[in-house]
Amino acid sequence: MSAATLSPARQRTGIRLAVRPATVIAGAFVALVLLAAVAPGLLASGTPTQIDLTNALATPSWSHPFGTDEAGRDLLTRVIYGTRLSLGIGLGATGIAMSLAIVLGFVAGLAGGFVDTVITRVLEVFFAFPALLAALLVIAIFGPSVTTSIVAVGLGSMPGYARMVRGQVLNVRQAGYIESAHALGHGRWTVLRRHLFPNAMRPLVAVATLGVGQSIVWASSLAFLGLGVPPPSPEWGALLDAGRLYITTSWWLEVLPGLVIVLFALAVTSLGRTLQHRLEGAAR
Amino acid sequence: MTTLAPDVLAPVTPTALPARRSVRAARRAALKAASAVAVLIAAASVTFFAQLAIPGDRATIILNLQNGREQKWSSSELSPVNEKFGFDHPLLTQYLHYVGGFFKGDLGTSYTQYRPVTSVIGAQILPTLVLTVGALVVAWIFALVVTVLTVRRGRAVTGIGSSFEAFTASLPHYWVGVILLVVFAVKIPIFPVIGGDGLWGTVLPVLTLAIPLSGFLGQVTRDEFDKVLDQPFITTARARGMGDTAIRLRHALRHAVLPAITLSGWALGALISGAVIAENIYGRPGIGQVLVTAVNTRDVPTVAGIVLVVAAVYIVANLLVDLAYAAVDPRLRAS
Amino acid sequence: MTVVASKQASTRQVAPGQALLSVQNLRVAFGETEVVKGISFTARPGSCLAIVGESGSGKSVTARTLVGLTGGDARVAADRLDLDGTDLLALGERAWRRTRGKEIGFVLQDALVSLDQLRRVGAEVGEPLELHDWGDRRSRPERVVELLTSVGVPEPEMRARQRPYELSGGLRQRALIASAIALDPRLVIADEPTTALDVTVQAQVLDLLAASKERGTSIILISHDLSVVARLADEVAVMRDGEIVEHGVSRQVLCDPQHEYTRALLDAVPSEHTRGVRLVRGTSPSTPRERRPIDRGRPLLEGRHLTKVYRGPDGVDRTVVDDVSFELYAGETLGIVGESGSGKTTTARIALAMLEAEGGEVLLRGEPWSTLTQRERRPLRNRVGVVYQDPLSSFDPRWSVGRIVADALSRGPNPPSSAEERRTRVLGLLQKVGLGEHQVDVGPLRLSGGQRQRVAIARALAPEPELIVCDEPVSALDVSVQAQVLDLLTDLQDDLGVSYLFISHDLGVIHHMSDRVLVMKDGKVVERGTADDIFTRPQDPYTQRLLTALPRLEQAS
Repeated sequence: MSAATLSPARQRTGIRLAVRPATVIAGAFVALVLLAAVAPGLLASGTPTQIDLTNALATPSWSHPFGTDEAGRDLLTRVIYGTRLSLGIGLGATGIAMSLAIVLGFVAGLAGGFVDTVITRVLEVFFAFPALLAALLVIAIFGPSVTTSIVAVGLGSMPGYARMVRGQVLNVRQAGYIESAHALGHGRWTVLRRHLFPNAMRPLVAVATLGVGQSIVWASSLAFLGLGVPPPSPEWGALLDAGRLYITTSWWLEVLPGLVIVLFALAVTSLGRTLQHRLEGAAR
Repeated sequence: MTTLAPDVLAPVTPTALPARRSVRAARRAALKAASAVAVLIAAASVTFFAQLAIPGDRATIILNLQNGREQKWSSSELSPVNEKFGFDHPLLTQYLHYVGGFFKGDLGTSYTQYRPVTSVIGAQILPTLVLTVGALVVAWIFALVVTVLTVRRGRAVTGIGSSFEAFTASLPHYWVGVILLVVFAVKIPIFPVIGGDGLWGTVLPVLTLAIPLSGFLGQVTRDEFDKVLDQPFITTARARGMGDTAIRLRHALRHAVLPAITLSGWALGALISGAVIAENIYGRPGIGQVLVTAVNTRDVPTVAGIVLVVAAVYIVANLLVDLAYAAVDPRLRAS
Repeated sequence: MTVVASKQASTRQVAPGQALLSVQNLRVAFGETEVVKGISFTARPGSCLAIVGESGSGKSVTARTLVGLTGGDARVAADRLDLDGTDLLALGERAWRRTRGKEIGFVLQDALVSLDQLRRVGAEVGEPLELHDWGDRRSRPERVVELLTSVGVPEPEMRARQRPYELSGGLRQRALIASAIALDPRLVIADEPTTALDVTVQAQVLDLLAASKERGTSIILISHDLSVVARLADEVAVMRDGEIVEHGVSRQVLCDPQHEYTRALLDAVPSEHTRGVRLVRGTSPSTPRERRPIDRGRPLLEGRHLTKVYRGPDGVDRTVVDDVSFELYAGETLGIVGESGSGKTTTARIALAMLEAEGGEVLLRGEPWSTLTQRERRPLRNRVGVVYQDPLSSFDPRWSVGRIVADALSRGPNPPSSAEERRTRVLGLLQKVGLGEHQVDVGPLRLSGGQRQRVAIARALAPEPELIVCDEPVSALDVSVQAQVLDLLTDLQDDLGVSYLFISHDLGVIHHMSDRVLVMKDGKVVERGTADDIFTRPQDPYTQRLLTALPRLEQAS
């Protein structure tokens, strides 16, 4: 037994199958958000468009936990009704980014040689454009809309995923079990299908989970700049955009929808990491 | 006689002469610089072709933008525009002119302002760079202090440190900016609401960018620190009688910052994204304001120009990080 | 009084033969688990105590406890833990720091990771001097050069300016030792100081520790390797499960062991005496059978003038396999032995046709093998099996043991036709390698190192190969587990007549297993012959040097 294996830290990082309370809270919050996306009526009593000018810009209270906006609409209700679109944008953008990344990453990692060099170089160039700025360029060309937001965020975050997929493919390609399978006389496609693909894809599940949270943050950043989903919509980013005018007087219009986005991103990150550790623990 | 015979069996390790080594180092640096230039050319090409991707005829769009309405324009109205923007030249000429111009400091002409993009961006790039570099420095300081103080310090302290990092790392820039603004400019008016580019007005924007980044750098550094503290050479150092603080600072820290250093070039890119947001929140001069206006007015050449300049900053920053990394990790110099 | 800062060696008041370190009833526990269960021993000046044991015996924990580095959540208790009158248990962190490095030197295994890669060798060696305020900025570098010279590092000024990874394994280990003895501590604890080193380098490092012992230093040597211990130790303590099961003068413990565990451990060490003898004490083959005769007709596998060239990062070509020829007959074991970098593993990979050679050809049963296309070779792959050093990485992490073996079965000449037949045959194979039904559905991660290697052997056997390439198959295993695996391989050969191409760095293992042997150095075959010829009458100077350096149990003093 080598000395290092005895240290308490190593023991700490061992596979832990018990679920931590943080994971439970994160899971519950994500479930709540999913419920809001599927059936907002179950969580909110009113409608997101109900105007009440006598009660405009009311501070948060028991009857309006998130306060009201300039037209007296209940902010919490609007956040709940905006969930579906926000989540849709996050999932769509992650979907676009991951599909492109998987194709590019696998082609580069498997083909190697010239093809790999070309793809790696192209990715390197795309990397030079920070995600938000790349997204802004797409929006400048096609004009702001829901679709543009999805495509822009998807394209902006694709290079990072592609690089990760390629690295993963290269890693698995060098694994001992790939050589063992070849030594048994299995054909190239069999090895690809039975060993390489599933093992390379496994960690990407966790990465995609983290990605949804990130995509929502990016999309809401675009909206915050007035370049995402335009305001009358209760989409989370659009709420931020609408609230900016009142930032010095009515803080809740910015802070509370932002808090929901932050909590969702945190919850998703926490779940993604737990997933990642489990997959790694099972693999090693 | 305690001296043993010299190790005759030991293979002769490459004992490269200093001169040869520095030649190799110079060649490697030159190679990296050349590849950076290639990436720059490719980046310029991407922004050029992105401008072609705009749906519809470009001259028509320019006239539409200028007149604030959508209509068909006659060829006599279109031709001076085509001539001014060079749209009448063959595509290849336009391309070479754009890429060549980029290296001479020419980024084309704005669709809305009818003047060179370079002059639209003009002096705006400097305050943005001050903001981002300031944030990078502050973020590193935060990250190092939190990590060195809290890694492996018992369950409670370590937990607080790593939760703090995980929390700050996932904060969007706009939210940090809004909170800081509401708390430290509106509720407790220490700092101005509209920042300007004075030192006092720079504090909140810098913090806005630095807080999430410090969380991120801290997480990366903490993971590595944790791994390094388990390494046998740490045990060796302890066995020589070295104290915990000295171990952390003299042995572990240098190893632990390596992964985060490689990420610093990338971080600068992310910081510029954040700067666009921070500048908008605090009404601070910089490319952020220009950029958002340009995107809103669909002034594609200006957007493309800014994006390209940022890409160039990113590429140069990464080149510097690459070279700096070799200074921190001599193993790279040897291989 | 022992922690008074003093440069002279005059604090050596302990007379030879008297205890410098006394340990009585030492107990160490992590949480609920006690890993050291009340052990006692003493260390004397100018003498070496070896603590020997396998993984999990508690020997490394003991070593670390003696320098106060057991770890944060460990509980240490002892009736007595005393270094020349100082109660080590009562030392605070501050006092410990003054003791470590100055009174007690500590040497870990593998200097590549035990020295700080980012610092110069000189800074690492000189660090104890600085920590304990020895000399000043000018005198310390001089002392470092002196120290490096004293441990036999050539060109010490230049080496001091280099970094650990720029030095060879032997030089690095010497530098690590130089750092541990920089302040001339009275006690040096060496935890597996020669593990991972080639046998010739290993001998040099042991000589270095012996020289230190001659000068009056007390040495505690921790090792899993009984033969290494024989070379240096005056006293040996054998540890198992946190207890010392046998303790005595080294010659007596190693040559006339009293405890059953010590005997089993000694029997398990493969060497020239163990050929044809079972390594695991008191066992016999499951199906006693005469060994099948070797068919000396046409070779089963033949390598002709194999050459492999790699281009290094500096653009210089290095010939890693240089004109290597061999032939392996049916039912025979051909051993390839060599130190690291000798090209033995590359040769094995070429023989497996997993790597293409620049020159030469490999024939299987006289037919082309290495020159076939991948597609042509695939149906023939089942005739050549392989067992790697690290079985875990050779298993798909998602697969169970049963699936791994079943997959290999399907590549055989008569694959199972039904699920039922498949399960029966998987079970049969697992039984053959000493595993049971309860391991079928388990993931390899849940198995011990020895069990994993058994699964790898079952997988290699499944397609009924004529030949199995074994690439360092026991190098990562404890000696008793190694003995089981080697016995298993021998039984399988007797039973099935399978041939082995057996690669190892361990001369004892090669001698035990091989009929004929190739000795490789720097890509070339320097000597070939029957195992007995090579090991008793070596002709080549390199082979002779290897055998001289080889630690043997008989060296016990």
